[in-house]
Amino acid sequence: MNAKALLLCIFLPLQAAAQGFAGLGTTPQDFTQPNPETVLRFPQDHGAHPDFRIEWWYVTANLTGPDGTPYGLQWTLFRSALAPERKGQEHQGWQSPQLWMGHAAVTTPNAHYVAERRARGGIGQAGVRAAPFEAWIDDWQMRGPDLDRVQLAASGTDFAYQVTLQATGPLVLQGTKGYSVKSAAGQASHYYSQPFYTVSGQLTLPEGPVPVTGTAWLDREWSSQLLAADQSGWDWFSLSFDDGARMMGFVLRGTQDFTAATWIAPDGTPTPFPDGAFMATPLDRQQVAGRDLPLTWRLRLPAKGVDVTIKALTPKAWMDVSVPYWEGPVTVSGSHAGVGYLEMTGYAP
Amino acid sequence: MNRAIWAALIGHWRRNPLQWITLVAGLALGTALWAGVQAINAEARASYAAAAATLGETRFAMLRPTSGDAIAQDTYIALRRAGWDVSPLIEGRLRPSKESPVRLIGIDPLTAPMGLLPTPEGAQAEPTAFLTGPGQVFGPPDALDRLPATVTAARIAAPDVAPNTVITDIGVAQRLLGRAGKIDRLLLAPDQPLTRRPLAEIAPGLELIPPQESADMARLTDSFHLNLTAFGLLSFAVGLFIVHGAIGLAFEQRRAMLRNLRALGVPLPRLLALMALELAAFALIAGAIGVALGYGVAAALLPDVAASLRGLYGAEVSGSLALRPAWWLSGLALALGGTALAGAGALWSLARMPLLASAQPQARARALRPALQAALALGLLGLAWALALWGTGLRAGFVMLGALLLGGALALPPLLGVVLRLSQARAKGPVAQWFWADSRQQLPGLSLALMALLLAMAANVGVSTMVSSFRLTFTGFLDQRLAAELYVTAADARQAAAIEALADGPVRAVLPLMSVDTKIAGQPATLHGLRDDPTYRDNWRFLQSIPNAWDAFAKGEGVLINEQLYRRAALQLGDVIPLAQGLRLPIVGIYGDYGNPVGQVSLSESLFQKSFPQVAPRRFGLRLAPDQVPALQEELTQKIGLAENAMIDQAALKALSRSVFERTFAVTTALNLLTLAVAGFAMLMSLLTLAAMRLPQLAPVWALGLTRRRLALLDLARALVLAALTGALALPLGLALAWALLAVVNVEAFGWRLPMFLFPADYARLNLLALAAAALAALWPALQLARLPPAQLLGVFRNER
Amino acid sequence: MLLDLQGVEKTYPGADAPVLRGVSLRLAAGDMLALTGESGSGKSTLLHLAGGLDTADAGRVALAGTDLTGLSDAARAGLRRTTVGVIFQQFNLIPSLDVAANIAFQARLAGRHDPDKTAALAARLGLSAHLRKYPEQLSGGQQQRVAIARTLAAAPQLVLADEPTGNLDESTADGVFDLLCDLVAETGAGLVLVTHSTRLAAKLPRRAHLHAGVLT
Repeated sequence: MNAKALLLCIFLPLQAAAQGFAGLGTTPQDFTQPNPETVLRFPQDHGAHPDFRIEWWYVTANLTGPDGTPYGLQWTLFRSALAPERKGQEHQGWQSPQLWMGHAAVTTPNAHYVAERRARGGIGQAGVRAAPFEAWIDDWQMRGPDLDRVQLAASGTDFAYQVTLQATGPLVLQGTKGYSVKSAAGQASHYYSQPFYTVSGQLTLPEGPVPVTGTAWLDREWSSQLLAADQSGWDWFSLSFDDGARMMGFVLRGTQDFTAATWIAPDGTPTPFPDGAFMATPLDRQQVAGRDLPLTWRLRLPAKGVDVTIKALTPKAWMDVSVPYWEGPVTVSGSHAGVGYLEMTGYAP
Repeated sequence: MNRAIWAALIGHWRRNPLQWITLVAGLALGTALWAGVQAINAEARASYAAAAATLGETRFAMLRPTSGDAIAQDTYIALRRAGWDVSPLIEGRLRPSKESPVRLIGIDPLTAPMGLLPTPEGAQAEPTAFLTGPGQVFGPPDALDRLPATVTAARIAAPDVAPNTVITDIGVAQRLLGRAGKIDRLLLAPDQPLTRRPLAEIAPGLELIPPQESADMARLTDSFHLNLTAFGLLSFAVGLFIVHGAIGLAFEQRRAMLRNLRALGVPLPRLLALMALELAAFALIAGAIGVALGYGVAAALLPDVAASLRGLYGAEVSGSLALRPAWWLSGLALALGGTALAGAGALWSLARMPLLASAQPQARARALRPALQAALALGLLGLAWALALWGTGLRAGFVMLGALLLGGALALPPLLGVVLRLSQARAKGPVAQWFWADSRQQLPGLSLALMALLLAMAANVGVSTMVSSFRLTFTGFLDQRLAAELYVTAADARQAAAIEALADGPVRAVLPLMSVDTKIAGQPATLHGLRDDPTYRDNWRFLQSIPNAWDAFAKGEGVLINEQLYRRAALQLGDVIPLAQGLRLPIVGIYGDYGNPVGQVSLSESLFQKSFPQVAPRRFGLRLAPDQVPALQEELTQKIGLAENAMIDQAALKALSRSVFERTFAVTTALNLLTLAVAGFAMLMSLLTLAAMRLPQLAPVWALGLTRRRLALLDLARALVLAALTGALALPLGLALAWALLAVVNVEAFGWRLPMFLFPADYARLNLLALAAAALAALWPALQLARLPPAQLLGVFRNER
Repeated sequence: MLLDLQGVEKTYPGADAPVLRGVSLRLAAGDMLALTGESGSGKSTLLHLAGGLDTADAGRVALAGTDLTGLSDAARAGLRRTTVGVIFQQFNLIPSLDVAANIAFQARLAGRHDPDKTAALAARLGLSAHLRKYPEQLSGGQQQRVAIARTLAAAPQLVLADEPTGNLDESTADGVFDLLCDLVAETGAGLVLVTHSTRLAAKLPRRAHLHAGVLT
């Protein structure tokens, strides 16, 4: 689960708002609530759900340069609504309650480049169209004839990238048919992924352009209330094993930790696991941006024989944006080998 | 021992409270005007800073349409989508009924560069409320109060927003201003993304303005503040004359006591230290009083200053005053520094005083040696002359003014000395002879007060000449310029077309007023498109022009520029200047323009429209018979739907312009009168302190048969004669000052040189005022003298004083 | 009678005792009187009243036949200009005028200026070389001689001198004193001279002693 929902709700730069504005633990009033009965339909559900409070299109990629250097790449578009809107009846112009935010990053073994964009809905600066697929904010975009083949582009003040994503497997519904429970109290989201992208394209870094290839993972998630009141943050893992299998797991840290995982067979068949089946143990902590962050983890999913150690490519993958968090590529060793992405939020300085 | 010495030192002031009051009051008055002026300046600067902070105008580069028109919102989106990190800003004025307009700024908080947003009081900022529904407006409370009732957005106090300005979401602002889909400026984030498509490709109509160039409010108003500062310093100088006199006198009178203290074994360094400490304490007291008074002065003058700055430069300055450390500290520092300056001489002479020196006060010793003073005066006047001939820049102008005034002041006592000596030589009777001789003897003691009076009067003559000359020129200019009987502003193209069509009806001529802000020869300037019409040909006067300039102008073969641009850019008649892409034309005429300090270029309507097709005229001047104006206004409201406030008739506009003018100089006039009052006070104090020292001079004359009454009348006459002589000398000095202001300072500050007119009646009135002030100042000491008990006069002859 | 004081009384404001208690004194033209007494005995006050410089609280002062009682300021000033000449212990001179102007001053006020007489007086008093000097440039003895010259140049009927040599050393004082007496005698004016020196008082034909405000 790569829920940056907390960030989303605090990304207004109004200083006073930064403290007072509701987090995800507050009660949504008139927003639509995730429903286990909902059947996801495509391509419609690739588009925005303005009646829900929060939503994201989240791509992470593990890439390799011509000389074998590993790189990480992130492209994220968040949507947050100040008030619910019926689909098809959205406000146009500045009155739109939709707010958009983009995060982009490139991670190298010894550096991390980050950029952030914000936009109002209703004026054309940012948005998502289901088919032909296009998600954009400013000059950043993710577009293609459909979600199986998309161009991904973003730029910051010191980096840029342009890559092509090609799906080699089916979409994967997380949780129960795309209904993903987040707490014992029943908080949940609609959640599906495309974990089978192959990637090729080019990174533009301060030292020059770098052609890259690799794999990418897309997460699509929307909800109206994601966290229980006692939950403070989460650790999220997406792993691509060399044998073609994929695994997603998360720990929501609260009074009682809540875990969930999905085992994805190489053919795309998902097996969801309830709270407690997946275990994540921090092994080695390091100081990053004034926080004590676990950059090496032991992850276990005994039901699938998984007992691996994941290790961050670099501790520098700190996302220094409106509300900062850590997000970066990892290498996997142990019972399975591979690569993946680690996200850690809610660590107090 | 310190306490004993202290008691002895303070005892003097206890016995001479008047002297103490003189010292403190002089210093306090001088400090007051200085602190007042500084307070005004500090308030204005803080306002500019707040404005710069709220608008980011100083820190951020921006994109602006070359045409001066608005930016379409689609262009903004196109730029964002092309990788430009820009944030939109819209600006306008909301005019509540009858009151001065409130500046409304709309921003997009999501893209706005950090630090651009207001901090409201308390935690009332709520994104949902700010961005959706009726919205929120942030601003200083007084600006919020003046918003029209049509503003339904929640009003939230944010004191750090620029004065008279409110900030709201751009969507709310567009709605309130009736300008949906429009943007005025785009602010650029300091660091831009790596991949941006070229500006010319996305938005060819926009130009990039680097950050520092749009931050010209401080620079533009610099001259205005320098003007005020000069006045503050002038009054402080006048105050210093008083202080110097009081300190000098007190030290002279305490010579005997100091000699005795030293004879009793008090070490000189300790004595000096204690006296310096004593002065510093007085300076602090006086400084505190001065700062308090200065606050009053500033509070009284600030509304006028704010109005002037808004009228002249469009700068928003808060009408209310804050106690800022910058100015009250500077006031205290100036009081201390001034006292040090005034007291240094006295302490120095005390340090060098032989132990057994005469304990007699030496009135003469307090003045500079006349020859030295005359030489110094000549040097300063020479410097002023040299600067007038070769100096450049506003600061040189003010140094010149300073040298002129100080030189004039220093020249006064030697000149008066000569006049009095000649008068004495020509005097017939013994009393007349004594009168002149005695006046000469008084001169050193009075010269400081007279110098103060001279400065105040010269400043008065100079400034009033400048203002009155300006007023005459300006009124004439208004009559020339505001020739159209009615000025109207169209809200949209339909109204504009309807107004243009009026030319077929009752209106003799419709004159579109179009302008574009641009840069000419490196100077910010406004380009105006003028329709060739007798209105311009008949009314505009050229300072310089080629023959048949209007014909060349009408044919599009040349342009007209205003004096400001001519001077600032050092342009000449016939110079070819680039105006727009592919348009270069020679200057065929230069006209006087006293409405604003910005450079101006006027070109023919057709040329203007060809070069700036995107600028559609919205403002028009209408020529018609004056008695038909009300009917036309009625018609425009009824048929075209023109709003009441979109029409201004000529008389109203002239009245508005004149009121801006008058308020601009109201401050100057007020400071001028205050300076004169301070000078009058200096005179009073000098006469009062001299009165005590004069007994040995008066007693023999009285004993020889002159009544006290006669002596008092003679003293009164002496004050009048000296004031009259000072006034006579102040006139040429003041006229020199006026010339310097008109021909040097104004040219530098505003870019125009004004013809100088003379106002003999004003000068006569001023002289009478000065005489009245002198008479008033001399009256009290004279009355005291007239009522002096004979025993006190006889006491002079009896025992050593 | 040139000067006629009858029962004159004077108390200064704020003082607890009167300074003169019923003093009577008559002086004819040509009379030369030395008035002696201790400090504070009232001799200067008596002189001031006689010269119209101050007014008596009670009693009568008549000068050259004019009763000073109830006379206006201006009238008394007129008498000082024309009838009386006063020489004080010090500060007699007008500091802003030079010696020549000082000597001529009272004579011109009285309308009796005679340049020849003035020049003769100046020469007699040894001031010829100092005529262009200012008072502050002169010694104490010279200053007193200028005061004498000024008084005599105006040819008053009555000369009043208050310790005229009090600030001078003994030999200078004797010279100035003798000159004063000689010159007054030559004009035939009356003289009242206040001194605390019995030695000098002895040189004058008439003497009076003032003790605690009473003439003895």
